[in-house]
Amino acid sequence: MARAAVRRRLSWQPAEVVAVRRETPRAWRLALRPPDWSGHLPGQHVDIRLTAPDGYTAQRSYSIASPPDRPGVELVVERLVDGEVSTYLTGELRAGDQIELRGPIGGYFVWPDPVDAPVQMIAGGSGVVPFLGMVARATDAGVPVRLLYSARNADDVIGRDELERSGTAVTIAYTRAGPPGWTGPIGRVDATVLAASTVAADARPHVLVCGPTAFVEAVTGWLTDLGHEPGRIRAERFGGMGDPP
Amino acid sequence: MSSPDETVDRRLDGNAAAGPLAELFTVDLSVAMMTCGGCLNRAALGAHHLYPDGPALVVRCPACTAVVLRFAADRSGMRLEMTGTRLLTVAAPPTTAG
Repeated sequence: MARAAVRRRLSWQPAEVVAVRRETPRAWRLALRPPDWSGHLPGQHVDIRLTAPDGYTAQRSYSIASPPDRPGVELVVERLVDGEVSTYLTGELRAGDQIELRGPIGGYFVWPDPVDAPVQMIAGGSGVVPFLGMVARATDAGVPVRLLYSARNADDVIGRDELERSGTAVTIAYTRAGPPGWTGPIGRVDATVLAASTVAADARPHVLVCGPTAFVEAVTGWLTDLGHEPGRIRAERFGGMGDPP
Repeated sequence: MSSPDETVDRRLDGNAAAGPLAELFTVDLSVAMMTCGGCLNRAALGAHHLYPDGPALVVRCPACTAVVLRFAADRSGMRLEMTGTRLLTVAAPPTTAG
């Protein structure tokens, strides 16, 4: 007998901050423990709301970095120079604090189900965060899984441990400087890099692209030029506020 | 990021509207299919364009850029306007044998 899915409105809940750890010079990893958490899909996000004493509120969306089998929720927040929310989350927030959270949200920008074709992930800067929860699935996927990650330099690489442990074939495109001894190319992702470092269009991969809006729109344009079907490309833009990766 | 086109930098995906809309709907609308009343393009909300920084969230058709949905929530309540949407389709949830 079919069981009806429980449907209810998502509401804000206070989540305890379990840990705040510096991930890179510009990004912090927050471990949160919401009391009402039914689990999440890799790629989903949460909304975070801050309320000032005068009642002014600001909310932002953050991708979930942790895989579903880990308790609680981890976010990686990049500190933006003028970010009214990110400067608080990365500068003021301490373990033991409480923060308002709504989620998990979103069934669109998630790990493909079923995984019936290769998966190509493409990240610009902190756009790698939703992929950190997905790469753990790569080993079991039974299909090729690749990540092309555009990062400024080696220090700015988010989630290096998760990426190295995973079964994902990771290509990091350094835009400003490589790690010590690096002899590979330095430069921004462009159509040539995409053609050389991603699953070819004729394999009809699922393509997931996440990053600053300008990065995502340039990449999706090149992917279409390379023959990828627009319907197989899913994008998650986080605006133009971030520094270029 | 210095872009000559500030409009481009403001643009997000409909996926980011799913949280605010969850204050009103009991289903996650990010995978709901929306048919544009202007050009009849059909796409998931998550594939639409979102302009989040106005007085309301503004969702535009990815094909013809027409406004298909506006949503605002504040202390006075919630307002949803969908004149530009011809049809909103929510698939039945997967059923579990049991």
